[in-house]
Amino acid sequence: MAGWFARGRTSLVGRLLGTFIRQSRTVAGILVWIGLAVILAILVMGILAPFIAPFDPNTKVGATELPPGGPFVMGTDRAGQDVLSRIIWGARVPLAIVAVSTTISLAIGLPLGLLSGFAGGRLDRVILLVMDSIYAFPGLLLAIAIAAVIGRGILNISFAIAVVYIPTYFRVIRNHVTSVKQEPYVEAAVALGMSRTRVIGRYVFPNVAQNIPVIFSVNAADAILTEAGLAVLGLGLPPGIPDWGFDISLNWQRFDVSWWATFFPGLFILILTTALTFVGEGLNDILNPLLRKKEQAAVAEA
Amino acid sequence: MAGSTASLRAYVITRVILIFPMLLLLLTFTFLILRVIPGDPITTIVREGTPQAVIDRLRAELGLNDPLYIQYFTYLRDVFTGNMGTSIVTQGPVTQEIAYRMPATIELALSSMFVASVLGIGLGTFSGTRRDSLPDIGTRLYGALAYNIPIFWFGLIMKLIFAVWLGWLPVSGRFSPRLSPPPTVTGLYTIDSLLAGDLRAFVDAVAHLILPALTLGIVLSGFFVRITRVNVIQAMSSDYVEAARARGIEERNVFFRHALKNGLVPVITTMGLTFALLFSGAILTETVFSFEGMGRYVFYAITYRDYPAIQGAVVYYGILMVIISLGIDILNAFVDPRIRY
Repeated sequence: MAGWFARGRTSLVGRLLGTFIRQSRTVAGILVWIGLAVILAILVMGILAPFIAPFDPNTKVGATELPPGGPFVMGTDRAGQDVLSRIIWGARVPLAIVAVSTTISLAIGLPLGLLSGFAGGRLDRVILLVMDSIYAFPGLLLAIAIAAVIGRGILNISFAIAVVYIPTYFRVIRNHVTSVKQEPYVEAAVALGMSRTRVIGRYVFPNVAQNIPVIFSVNAADAILTEAGLAVLGLGLPPGIPDWGFDISLNWQRFDVSWWATFFPGLFILILTTALTFVGEGLNDILNPLLRKKEQAAVAEA
Repeated sequence: MAGSTASLRAYVITRVILIFPMLLLLLTFTFLILRVIPGDPITTIVREGTPQAVIDRLRAELGLNDPLYIQYFTYLRDVFTGNMGTSIVTQGPVTQEIAYRMPATIELALSSMFVASVLGIGLGTFSGTRRDSLPDIGTRLYGALAYNIPIFWFGLIMKLIFAVWLGWLPVSGRFSPRLSPPPTVTGLYTIDSLLAGDLRAFVDAVAHLILPALTLGIVLSGFFVRITRVNVIQAMSSDYVEAARARGIEERNVFFRHALKNGLVPVITTMGLTFALLFSGAILTETVFSFEGMGRYVFYAITYRDYPAIQGAVVYYGILMVIISLGIDILNAFVDPRIRY
């Protein structure tokens, strides 16, 4: 076990870091750095919430629907709560949900993808069919159905969202495995009588692992939007946990009167999802060899 | 040429025949899932404290005491005769309620798909041919923002600006209450009003459609911009484009005749997937604009555990998806000869 991990780390992380530093002046590299900076800022904001939020997010601290200004930088909402404080505390929810749901999706999608891609044959076709049917189903609808059955709470919502994105991890990993499987070194390892698990762990996994950061950053944005969608429809977290999506659902019917109470939470969702996409798109550009080919040619010419 | 038309015809026929097993699989799946879901459907119908005798009678009426395979065949018969039972919440026939709401969603889906493809393919091509230039970066930024915007929030902003502040378009609904809707032919208000020759009704229906269609269409266009851009870049750097350039073909012709045609094939292929995305978005768009379509219907059905309504919605939605994917596959076969049998 330790063997493949150390091996994977030197090759994967080392390669990634090297590529980043080399690419940091290209559009893709800049996108990744901007995205990472924004995500880090929001993460720090969520962690430091108890120290930097000016008010308690769950108490009435002023008149209802006060416009931005004075002590309330972003105004107050329908319940007289400070919008800014709720936004600062609310940063925790999408980050927590992304972390938990991605872990679940990855924990199920990755082994299934490795197994399905490596085993091939009938097993592969059956798993593929199930995954494709989930994939073709509208994600929000699936999450609504699961959330309606299992109820509210961070873990429940994360699970509902995780199910939606299992097929994405599965697909990418599986497709990559089927191509890696054909490589001479994998065939050689099999021919030398190495066990399946060791071949997968030692040769297949380190190769397909480079997909994970890309799928993660693309999916994380989707997961946040799905969580917000659930919250808006009243299927999100229980009240009492400050959450950007919940704030929209609380205030949107008064949007024409107190726009700030809906506008700012939505704006922060957009900032976070866009930052995640920047990272994903940038990584994809850097790691996707098909697109990179031309760039290298251009560098060689120069 | 004759051979290729024949193979295309064979493909279309096979694909149409394949619809039936697909539908049967879908129907069976729906049936099983709804029987497996925890909770007795009867408990959602009756109030607490209802006498056991009444519950038993209801159970018998709904056929819940029959063996599973009898329930299954009754269910299949009902689906094919268009009898999907009565909604537990509204007490109306499910088929009729869906017949009223489905056209709203189809109208929304078609118009937003139109907005998305015009914006997405246009901008994606524009940006893909100018890789890493300032317009390309701008377009990519647009694509990222459009794809990541919380659709609900975006719809609210559109509504506030164009309906509330500027007053150009109606705030919500599908049709003005002061006008009488056109006689139902297709259920799509825009088409029905044209068929009836009622221009005022047509203008009204279109005015109600613009904001929801723009909201959903712009969000979807983010996806199309990305896909189109990547594929155009790949096509532009391919060997056949190089070859065409080497033969001295004018750059404009290289682009339109060679690069664009090949670059758009994968875009059409992925269109099928966007329908799942579209429907997720439709649930939220319909909520913002009180546009009573299938998205809202399914949402209510699930939240109130209205089993007949869920079943009906899933079945009709599934049928719609199967037909759409058939259409897209046939379209694909037309543009890409490798797909045919």
